[in-house]
Amino acid sequence: MRVVAAMSGGVDSAVAAARAKAAGHDVTGVHLALSRNPQSYRSGARGCCTIEDSNDARRAADVIGIPFYVWDLSDRFHADVVEDFLDEYAAGRTPNPCLRCNEKIKFAAVLDRALALGFDAVVTGHYARLVDGALHRAVDPGKDQSYVLGVLDAAQLASTVLPLGDTRKVDVRQEAAERGLATVADKPDSHDICFISDGDTGGWLGEKLAERELAHAGAIVDRDGTELGRHDGSYRFTVGQRKGLRIGTPAPDGRPRYVLDIEPVSGTVTVGPREALDVTRLDAVRPRWCGPQRTEPFEAGVQLRAHGAEHRAVVTPGDGWRVDLLEPASGIAPGQAVVAYDGDRVVGSATITATS
Amino acid sequence: MSAYLDHAATTPVLPEAVAAMTDQLLRVGNASSLHASGRDARRVVEEARETIAAAVGCRPGEVVFTSGGTEADNLAVKGLWWARHDEDPRRRRILVSAIEHHAVLDAAHWLAEHEGAEVVLLEVDGEGRLDLAAFETALADDVALVSVMWANNEVGTLQPVEEVVALAHAHGVPVHTDAVQAVGQVPVDVGATGVDALTLTGHKLGGPCGVGALVVRRELPLTALQHGGGQERDVRSGTLDVPAIAAFATAVELAVGRREKYAARVGALRDDLVRRVVEVVPSAVVNGSTEHRLPGNAHLSFPGCEGDSLLMLLDAQGVECSTGSACSAGVPQASHVLLAMGCGDDHARSSLRFSLGHSSTPADVDAVVAAIGAAYERARRAGVVAGLSA
Repeated sequence: MRVVAAMSGGVDSAVAAARAKAAGHDVTGVHLALSRNPQSYRSGARGCCTIEDSNDARRAADVIGIPFYVWDLSDRFHADVVEDFLDEYAAGRTPNPCLRCNEKIKFAAVLDRALALGFDAVVTGHYARLVDGALHRAVDPGKDQSYVLGVLDAAQLASTVLPLGDTRKVDVRQEAAERGLATVADKPDSHDICFISDGDTGGWLGEKLAERELAHAGAIVDRDGTELGRHDGSYRFTVGQRKGLRIGTPAPDGRPRYVLDIEPVSGTVTVGPREALDVTRLDAVRPRWCGPQRTEPFEAGVQLRAHGAEHRAVVTPGDGWRVDLLEPASGIAPGQAVVAYDGDRVVGSATITATS
Repeated sequence: MSAYLDHAATTPVLPEAVAAMTDQLLRVGNASSLHASGRDARRVVEEARETIAAAVGCRPGEVVFTSGGTEADNLAVKGLWWARHDEDPRRRRILVSAIEHHAVLDAAHWLAEHEGAEVVLLEVDGEGRLDLAAFETALADDVALVSVMWANNEVGTLQPVEEVVALAHAHGVPVHTDAVQAVGQVPVDVGATGVDALTLTGHKLGGPCGVGALVVRRELPLTALQHGGGQERDVRSGTLDVPAIAAFATAVELAVGRREKYAARVGALRDDLVRRVVEVVPSAVVNGSTEHRLPGNAHLSFPGCEGDSLLMLLDAQGVECSTGSACSAGVPQASHVLLAMGCGDDHARSSLRFSLGHSSTPADVDAVVAAIGAAYERARRAGVVAGLSA
């Protein structure tokens, strides 16, 4: 196959590209320029958006022996990922920008461009497996990224190559060193959000939302509506959060309080005891099916946040999903994805809008 | 085998230049040393200076060797600004064409940011040629310097340097011109045009990378940027790179000496390339000037395509060209040259530069013509996916 290897400048995508080449594919390396101003996104060696990362990706492509280009996706990334991230926080939700990037950029804008240019597929360094066209968890549970790929449909998966799903991260680093990919072999893993350069998500959100007058300052109230304090922006809060509430008066029973709900327009943040976080029902929208679409209720394991635990549940598909958990789960933030698994296989995903 | 059509980026080193360079690499001698080996090295440098002076119509003492075009442009813009501003603090303005290379543009903008200069970007017309009327209006006694390139590196448009000099000198303002694309391509005569400073570089005319020169009138005040041994007239310090200078001079002499025959041959190849590419892709648009143009430059836009897509697809077929865009972070941006010429963003992003040179052959043109049709069709499909305007 003629394939485009998306190369971030990190170790995983470099080894993925090298493996695709070793498997006999005709590989072209592509670094995605996602920042309008490369200095403004992440700096240092951890992320994917700097000049150094672009250079590291180029050097890795040299070593592997494949052509290399930079594709400018900065406008699309800004509109579809960064602005969406801000809108979601402004609406009181907690989005996952990596899912959004996979759905709108890596396996949409990039894949569509690649297919139009005569390529057959896109190769990435995600830790997940494709088995007969179906998406499965990676063998390395600590690195499994099937959750952030749960937004891909069967057509997208059919044009995707994931060479790393059968390998453990430690072995990928070892392999990078053996393949002479010295510049990337020891680079630290990226964990934070690539477009927030210093990792200070709160500070970044505060600045950007203030510019848009969407910071939504408001009251912190208990479940009875009694005001306990004020805050300068609802974006600082995530459902399930305990730290950083800065409430002067302790709870009458002395127990810690958690964020239960965020009402975006008024900026009202409701707090309460831990048990009030327990939910058994989720409502979710924008279902995406990684394989055949299901119409009847089905039992599945559901994952409710990146690297979160799996919960048993019954998923009832309709326009959206109704998800009934068999055991209560705690701290489920609207905006996150619910990804349904059948064993290791990803069935599909939807975006959580409400919990009860 | 690849067809190399990016001579404006860098062109193969001439065998004679390689010979001159390797000959000197085997010798020892610092051109500033006082013993026999030093005198031998100095002699090579001074002969090179004389050769270059003869080729571009200046006096040998006016040639200041540098590490290349970027250093020469920086020395001209900053060195002239500081010297002229020191003489008369009212001289704050720098007049530069909007289509200058970043070595000039960014040097001028740096002076604006850090030294209180005021940069005036001179407009060009749709062909990329300086608007002389607007230039004349912008001229006044408070102008520290003017910098207008001899030939644009992207679209190949030649600038009216003689007219620029005449107008500027009427106000007593010195003129610098970046001629790195012009020397060996079109007649360049420092004395006849009266320019006060001129940049040329080795690797655009068959010499090695890393060596160039600023030709600058002796009586013109120029502040040094690089301090040390004062080797070059006290305005440029650093041990002279004798082998590179010898090769540079050899290449200048040959390129200028062969220019007429070269321009006729390469110009005909270029015309053939443009005609046949437009035959295959009738919607392709030639950018720049027909009349005032470098012989080796073909610059075309392919509506509905991204130049980056075309470049990649042609590269895969062994055809090497350029999008001509600034690419500092590897992030392609729409060319400031095309935008200054009034092109829209999509038009600017859809462009490719094919630049021919001394080693170009009809087979190179054939390779472009053979590959461009399929590349265009694919890039067009990718353009539709990306929502580009046709």
